Amino acid sequence: MRMNTSDEALAIAAANGDRDAFAALLSRQYDRLFAFAFRLTGTRHDAEDLTQDICAALPGKLRNFRADARFTTWLYRVAVNAAHDRRRRAATHARAADGWGDWEVNRQASNQEAATQLDWLTKAMSTLPDDLRDTVALTLGEELTQSETAQVLGLSEGTIAWRMAQVKDHLRALHQKEEQA
Amino acid sequence: MNDEFDSLKAALKAAPPAPDADAKARALRIAQENFDQHQETRAAARQTDKRPTLGARLSEGVDWMFKTLTTRAALAATTGIATVAVAFFVIAPQLDPTGVPTQTDASKTKAPATVIADDLGALVRSDRAAPETALRKIAPAPQATAPEVLMMEPEAAFGGQMSPAVDDYAVMPPQGGTEAFANGEPNPLKITSQEPVSTFSIDVDTASYAIIRSSLNNGQLPPPDAVRVEEMVNYFPYAYPAPEGDAPFQPTVSVIPTPWNDDTQLVHIAIQGALPETTERPPLNLVFLIDTSGSMNSQNKLPLLKQSFRLMLSKLRPEDEVAIVTYAGSAGQVLAPTPASDRNTILAALSQLDAGGSTAGQAGLQQAYATAETMTKEGEVTRVLLATDGDFNVGLSDPKALETFISGKRDQGTYLSVLGFGRGNLDDATMQALAQNGNGQAAYIDTLNEAQKVLVDQLSGALFPIANDVKIQVEFNPAAVAEYRLIGYETRALNREDFNNDKVDAGEIGAGHNVTALYEVTPVGSPAVLNDPLRYSAEQTTAQTDELGFLRLRYKSPGDADSQLIETPIATMVTEASNDTRFATAIAGFGQLLRDQKYLRDWTIDQAIDLANSAKGADPYGYRAEAVNLMRLYQSLSAE
Repeated sequence: MRMNTSDEALAIAAANGDRDAFAALLSRQYDRLFAFAFRLTGTRHDAEDLTQDICAALPGKLRNFRADARFTTWLYRVAVNAAHDRRRRAATHARAADGWGDWEVNRQASNQEAATQLDWLTKAMSTLPDDLRDTVALTLGEELTQSETAQVLGLSEGTIAWRMAQVKDHLRALHQKEEQA
Repeated sequence: MNDEFDSLKAALKAAPPAPDADAKARALRIAQENFDQHQETRAAARQTDKRPTLGARLSEGVDWMFKTLTTRAALAATTGIATVAVAFFVIAPQLDPTGVPTQTDASKTKAPATVIADDLGALVRSDRAAPETALRKIAPAPQATAPEVLMMEPEAAFGGQMSPAVDDYAVMPPQGGTEAFANGEPNPLKITSQEPVSTFSIDVDTASYAIIRSSLNNGQLPPPDAVRVEEMVNYFPYAYPAPEGDAPFQPTVSVIPTPWNDDTQLVHIAIQGALPETTERPPLNLVFLIDTSGSMNSQNKLPLLKQSFRLMLSKLRPEDEVAIVTYAGSAGQVLAPTPASDRNTILAALSQLDAGGSTAGQAGLQQAYATAETMTKEGEVTRVLLATDGDFNVGLSDPKALETFISGKRDQGTYLSVLGFGRGNLDDATMQALAQNGNGQAAYIDTLNEAQKVLVDQLSGALFPIANDVKIQVEFNPAAVAEYRLIGYETRALNREDFNNDKVDAGEIGAGHNVTALYEVTPVGSPAVLNDPLRYSAEQTTAQTDELGFLRLRYKSPGDADSQLIETPIATMVTEASNDTRFATAIAGFGQLLRDQKYLRDWTIDQAIDLANSAKGADPYGYRAEAVNLMRLYQSLSAE
């Protein structure tokens, strides 16, 4: 019924209490959000939990949405922050298994080929510190430009460029290790 | 040079699996529920910034209860072998020392019509189909700001005293809440010759009254299923004749005219629990199990709870012990058992409590009980007090398993009380079930007033049970009573054979508790008899028409496995009702107006108000005055 309404218009309506607008907005965004959550966390379980956290918190956060922002950019920022919160909580609970570090789950993927690629991805992502993972998930996973990524993360473009260079270093190191092996 | 990026990019693009349909549906549903609740919070937050002045009341109450609950020996004796239970609740941050609750003129209160209309349907909906999901909930941490849309006049009485003093909130009708209420069909009229015996368990809960108050103060009629008439009646303290000697309680039965029907009578059964006047009480062990999910962030939830707890601390004795366990978000034990004398440690732990995050599904309840068990010593009193806004994700997701767990712990001596906070997600049904299984009380805290009352109650009544598994059975005499009807107690009905079965659980009476039960009876030959006599029925017995019926009560002393029996005949003689009795009947009438008016004929809220007003008596705490105000609110709402 609201197929042609922009995300931004729906978000504003939802922030003003429009129930249907909120429902429409969220069902439109869930799949994208889940994919992004997966790229941030690395397991289905964590991705589902994270997405649910974000969905649950969204009604309270919508008020902070400004009409001049793009909704997806704003949502990425909410998602990254939620992922931070989860990691912090996981750390305080001393539950070390934080997503991409959680090998075994992914190794059990049934599709062998997919498993191999996921395996490599898991290994690659697990070599990266959290902030680089977030950056990579946005730039490579979501194909945001460095400028958009900078906006989401609230950083300068220079910082993003620097981070990507760091990522490259990490990947090279990993590559070398693989060569030696 | 971008090789590494390319393969990482390809892998990242390919990595996410398709979303799971169930997970998606669940997340979307939770989001929508939170959206609705968020709207509710915003609406509630702007209600009023006036708070009644109840400082004097509060401190009086607190002092009173700590003075009256004392004697270690006496209480330890009544509580039986080991451990019983305790829970505490206190409230009241900034108090106006001038005393006396503000009397508000309800006729000034204009409730926005949209709120009333939209909300009723929404609240009635209960989402109990999927128990697993009912037990799981995640909520945001709502804050309140919104453009001005509608304003209610601030004299909206007792609701929302804890709201921030901000005027420019929008009124958003709470839509599609996820509240679930426990209730049964209103008790039907019974024909004495066919079914002379009525059996039920007593009920000392008061949650229903507070929920009704919260609805009415919000300008809404309460959902009919939220109305449990007996809990409304039992909300009020009555000065019934006290027991003499060693008896734990004293039943008093009177027959009085029915306010809404000249041709019927009310049988008023009053039970007064003993209140040991003592100088020393056993040490208390309190384990607070606190829901810290994001939804507890509203002013009328966690902050209210924390303020209460702070105030209470100063009233505890050095030998008392306090522990705090949280679930959701910051899970686990946040305060190890700490002597009440170590005030700073307790206050520090308390101030760190923070509503936020999602439910972590920790074994909160098990941990609370485990903590309670480490605190328990011979002669002490231990209780777990669960404070929540409806999130019962306490570690056991199967409701049946949860009830079994709690009743198992009850049998071992640790009891459970449940305090509900806030509206929108309140799972009244689960609250009831848990408290009933834990030998505790389910109370709903909507205001400072209520927190104070529950505090008084918790420290006197529910803290120190004096009789367990109290069952009432009334056998009516077909020669005197043609028809009868039990008013309320729908959720407490027992089978006739359960009365003598000590294995069947029933309600508890705490120190000083009052319990009231009302039957409306139609005398034989009265024009009010609704059923015609059967042409082929056996001849009625005509003997003993001076007895209207026979009352049997069963109870167990705390710690005993075998019940004791009290029996007393009910005389047909109609007596003049005392103020207490008349007030109880006014409330029973009000409850029926809210729920099911079938038997009230043309009796209306106007008569209920007159009756309640004339029966207010001394009303030292202002509870009855408040009830009359609620009746006036109902009057103005139902007139629209």
